[in-house]
Amino acid sequence: MYMNPYIAGIILGIVLLSAMYFSGRGLGASGGIKYCVVSLVGALDQEHVESSSYYKNYFQGNQKPLNNWLVFEVLGVLVGGFASGAISGRLKFKVEKSPNISARKRFLMAFLGGIFFVYGAQLARGCTSGAALSGMAVLSIAGFVTMIAIFGSAYLFAWFFRKNWI
Amino acid sequence: MGPVIISLNLSEWINLLIGFLIGIGFGFSLEQAGFSSSRKLAGMFYGYDTTVLKVFFTAAIVALLGSQFLSYFGLLDLDLVYVNHYYVGASIVGGVIMGAGFIMGGFCPGTAMSAASIGKIDAFVFLLGGLVGAFLFAETYPLIEEFATSSYKGPVKISDWIGISDGLFAFILIIAAVVLFWFAEYAEKRFKRPDIIEDINS
Repeated sequence: MYMNPYIAGIILGIVLLSAMYFSGRGLGASGGIKYCVVSLVGALDQEHVESSSYYKNYFQGNQKPLNNWLVFEVLGVLVGGFASGAISGRLKFKVEKSPNISARKRFLMAFLGGIFFVYGAQLARGCTSGAALSGMAVLSIAGFVTMIAIFGSAYLFAWFFRKNWI
Repeated sequence: MGPVIISLNLSEWINLLIGFLIGIGFGFSLEQAGFSSSRKLAGMFYGYDTTVLKVFFTAAIVALLGSQFLSYFGLLDLDLVYVNHYYVGASIVGGVIMGAGFIMGGFCPGTAMSAASIGKIDAFVFLLGGLVGAFLFAETYPLIEEFATSSYKGPVKISDWIGISDGLFAFILIIAAVVLFWFAEYAEKRFKRPDIIEDINS
């Protein structure tokens, strides 16, 4: 059984408050993915990094993109999620999908969804965690606007993708 | 007085360690809430499971009220806490793209990480797509840079924008959340899908 959602929300809120109190910032997820990609590109093609104002920014002054708060936080997310799954007996390799669709279609949609989500998160400078949730907690207007845009758009598109879910 | 890392002038490595510990709490609460299940998350958009709304708004309000009270009692300097910068066009268009990704993939990046950590293979695939998405953004950045940095408004607070106090806005947000919670509970009855709920809990 999953935790009562209001209690889980209180715990998540305390975690977010701790991030604000200890480190002076909110939570994040898509940023961790970005730093991994930037670091990987830096390791594979130094010339490309030098010629791109986008990548170059992350290596200024001998910075290492992986030495970043979000990267360490994301590693913690994997550990915490695993611990929770272990405690509640939910560790299992599984493809979760509606019986209406094949595993192959589920993988295709998950892959495309990942591309869209993280691309959009780079543009909006944060995802559901970094922009919407953390933004709302500090009353940032960007947080509220991003939250409404994410959920509004998902409701708008839900009809087209209903066969994938219900 | 918080933020601790600034007031005690702690080293960057301590801050990274704090980030790691906070991440553990983040991943743990996401998984306990059931955000490691894409069908549970997708329920938000078809009404049969509204956990997303309940967890999301409860967490935002707890952190908002907590930080306002800490600030009120002089325990946290809110001027030193990061406030997201507002780029009108990028926030809206980025959010719309994310919403499309949400309904296609069934996850957002954080929930996909918590799902991948317990072995959901579709979540691994979502995260692979996420790596590709971040790469595509970096490579197409010269084309969209002008739009991405346009209509910049700074780290604006919604309470200042409306012209009311932070406390009053927080109060209005709580009232709105209670109404939304009531509506969410109603939606779960109206659009209930016992077959899907059983699959989520199995």
